[in-house]
Amino acid sequence: MSMAASTESQVQANAPATAPPPRRPRRWPWTPYLLSAPGLALFAVLLLVPLVMTFLLSLNSFSFYGGIENVWQIGNYADIVADSYFHEVFLRTFRIAAVVTILCALFGAPEAYILRRMKSPWRGLCLLIVLGPLLISVVSRTLGWALLFGSTGLVNQGLMGLGLIATPIEFMYTETGVIIALTHVLVPFMVLSVWASLQRLDPQVENAALSLGAGPLTVMRRVVLPQIVPGILSGSIIVFALAASAFATPAIIGGRRLKVAATLAYDEFLNTLNWPLGATVAVLLLIANVVIIVGCNRLVERRYKQVFE
Amino acid sequence: MNRNGPIALIFHVLFLGFLLAPILIVCAVAFTSQGYLSLPTEGLSLRWFRAIGDNPEFIRAFKDSLLLGAVSSTLAILVAVPAALAIARHQFFGREAIQALFLSPLMVPHIVLGIAFLRFFTMIGLGGTFAGLVLSHVIIILPFALRLILAASTGMDRAVENAAASLGASSWTCFRRVTLPLILPGVASGWVLAFINSFDEVTMTVFIASPETTTLPVRLFLYIQDNIDPLVAAVSAVLIFLTVAAMLVLDRVYGLERLLVGKGRD
Amino acid sequence: MAYLVLDQLTKRFGNWTAVDNVSLTVEKGELISLLGPSGCGKTTTLQMIAGFLDADGGRVMLDGQDLLAKKPNERGLGIVFQSYALFPHMTAAENVAFGLEMRRIARADRDRMVADALKLVGLEQYGDRHPRRMSGGQQQRVALARALVIKPSLLLLDEPLSNLDAKMREEMQIELRRIQRTVGTTMILVTHDQSEAMALSDRVVVMNKGRIQQVATPQEAYDHPANAFVANFLGRTNLLPGMVGGGSAGTVITVADSVWPVSQPMAAGPGALAVRPEKIGFVDAGGLSGTVLARVFQGTQWLFEIETAAGRLMVIRQHDGSPLPAERERVMVGWRPDDMAVMPADPDTASGAREAA
Repeated sequence: MSMAASTESQVQANAPATAPPPRRPRRWPWTPYLLSAPGLALFAVLLLVPLVMTFLLSLNSFSFYGGIENVWQIGNYADIVADSYFHEVFLRTFRIAAVVTILCALFGAPEAYILRRMKSPWRGLCLLIVLGPLLISVVSRTLGWALLFGSTGLVNQGLMGLGLIATPIEFMYTETGVIIALTHVLVPFMVLSVWASLQRLDPQVENAALSLGAGPLTVMRRVVLPQIVPGILSGSIIVFALAASAFATPAIIGGRRLKVAATLAYDEFLNTLNWPLGATVAVLLLIANVVIIVGCNRLVERRYKQVFE
Repeated sequence: MNRNGPIALIFHVLFLGFLLAPILIVCAVAFTSQGYLSLPTEGLSLRWFRAIGDNPEFIRAFKDSLLLGAVSSTLAILVAVPAALAIARHQFFGREAIQALFLSPLMVPHIVLGIAFLRFFTMIGLGGTFAGLVLSHVIIILPFALRLILAASTGMDRAVENAAASLGASSWTCFRRVTLPLILPGVASGWVLAFINSFDEVTMTVFIASPETTTLPVRLFLYIQDNIDPLVAAVSAVLIFLTVAAMLVLDRVYGLERLLVGKGRD
Repeated sequence: MAYLVLDQLTKRFGNWTAVDNVSLTVEKGELISLLGPSGCGKTTTLQMIAGFLDADGGRVMLDGQDLLAKKPNERGLGIVFQSYALFPHMTAAENVAFGLEMRRIARADRDRMVADALKLVGLEQYGDRHPRRMSGGQQQRVALARALVIKPSLLLLDEPLSNLDAKMREEMQIELRRIQRTVGTTMILVTHDQSEAMALSDRVVVMNKGRIQQVATPQEAYDHPANAFVANFLGRTNLLPGMVGGGSAGTVITVADSVWPVSQPMAAGPGALAVRPEKIGFVDAGGLSGTVLARVFQGTQWLFEIETAAGRLMVIRQHDGSPLPAERERVMVGWRPDDMAVMPADPDTASGAREAA
């Protein structure tokens, strides 16, 4: 009020006497709740409810004649646990995801390091080429691989031209093809993640190691690599989670023959119309995803908290 | 001393080649003059680009995609801005949980969301409608918008708001005249990133789109499932050209690295 | 014979010459500072000695060996970086041990040397801490221990104290001097802080625009700056334009209505006279006349601004009770000829100095 007294006329002109005093957090404890209320309502109705309903759906049973029956049982889960066909699909899904993650780390991390060492105009341009594909539709990018593998056969022509292989390799409808295409789709995430951890790296530490007598390889192994490991790990978590739940790429390259978890759920829903079983696959995929992401993040954080805050 | 050696440069060139190959092949095949899939060895032709005009369903899906992206990004921003302000500048019970909830769609596979929304929308009568598409897209793109707005509002100096309040500005005036202009770069980039994610989404949308209301990626995906011909290559090529153009503009205006790496990411 | 020799060292970036024909000799056990404003070439010079930048011309000889022919990891120099550049994923002891590991020193010797080095910098308790858990001053000491433990033939320090607060900086200055006395390593210190350079060095090398302006002991450079740039960069100074000419009593310089003898041989023509504010006194006759524009009390001293025909002058007088002129009073100022430095007029360096000050 003392401030108001000095410029009384102005304050009266601009704000009525009921104008609140400068905000004090303690007086309005509900402000943050009000501000996040629209989002909370939206997420409660449109995220939590549908997910809970999906879980309930996975407990229903299904018959070809009666459709979905409103009974509560865990038969679908038992079926998946018992059936070797489902084992094979889930195993394939995680095998593909693991290989894709390793390939992304193997190629993405060095690329990020090379990018950081590039000079100004080139660096920006190359970064654009590496990150740009993230903005291009997955369908268009996968179409490119389908064209390279199948119709034009350019990859096989190239490999045979170079004398690397004698007979064409089958890429379409094979795990190899899916892995290559998925690596292409997901490697930018790894570059991004490692790039972010390289940003925190003091460029002088490499010089410091050199001045202490370390050769280039030792600098790499003892100084640079340990510092970007958190970046590689968090990139791996992202890539693995996205690869394990990828849909469009395995659907196009793998086709109907080579099923992964996501394409299996899609088929159960839109072709077989066994919604409860599709929901069960979805719930398992969700649980696996959350466990992997949350679990690995915890591990990485605990391991590196001491060193990197 | 800090220069890339020849092995690094060879690796780099191969890596870029790997990234560009499928994108370039799509564009190349689109220019074929043949009636079937082939590289344009017999001469370039625009016949397949003209053919897009004879398939109005692609044009309609494209328009729907643009509208869906614009509407859902705008809605996401309207929800994300107040939520970001609450999280960035208030200490309150449940703050961490609320932030985790808003970011949680990043952790849920889109196939799961597709299944969940298909079931949910069918039950409440939104199945196959544009409204259903918008609502589901708001959920999945909100985390992207939220993260960038959060970074912008955390970095803002709160003293300027107090200064505005001390000069007699009401809370609303303060927000409109001081806070919003200061976080606007974050809001704008949040909108762009949300739009891109909405526009490119296919896995979830394929479940909830109907033949009448669908997006371009879903239309393309379903088409490719049946057959691959120069027409889809041409549509994809157009999509790639537009994305590259948008990307160059975005990089000039805001910086692609800043948009994708962000300040708040760790 | 000289221990370290820089011989016409040159570095160009595009068409800009960052280091221009720098030649310098350093004796064994000496602590020498490269001092100058940012962009003067001091850090570039250091980087070339360290091997992080390739020289475009010239030679660097260390103890009779050509240093430029060696790779940076074979030069055996100790370097303390401005950012400290500690390895964040290693503890303080592991940081210090790194250079010894590279030299394949046996485990037992290594442990003992690391412990000794940490003790030298007063960090014997902190060996198992990670850098992020240490204060700036402690990190600085780890960096110093890491560089010293390999018994470098030469220690390079790149603005080592610039990231510390004022109090810490003073402590580290004393510490650094003590360590230098103890180990006797030849050191080159790069700094933009003239008081730091003067406090620590045996000799200072004042640089500007890639060239050496003066090499002298701190006191010499302060009392007898070689040119206007050095005069301005090392503390506050009054730089007065004058005319050098031959008189009956030898060479003199005329500044407005006053005439001062010049001891060194100089050609007649325009010149400049530099004199420190604290060396100027109020005199009755034979000085430069002017008017007191302002006087400011600063506790231990008074600060005067005097308007004269040769320009404005800064004068500092001790607050010791002696009578001092009031504002707007007509006064005459003077100084002992030994306390002034006369130099050729050089508008280029003079303006450069003003920018830097």
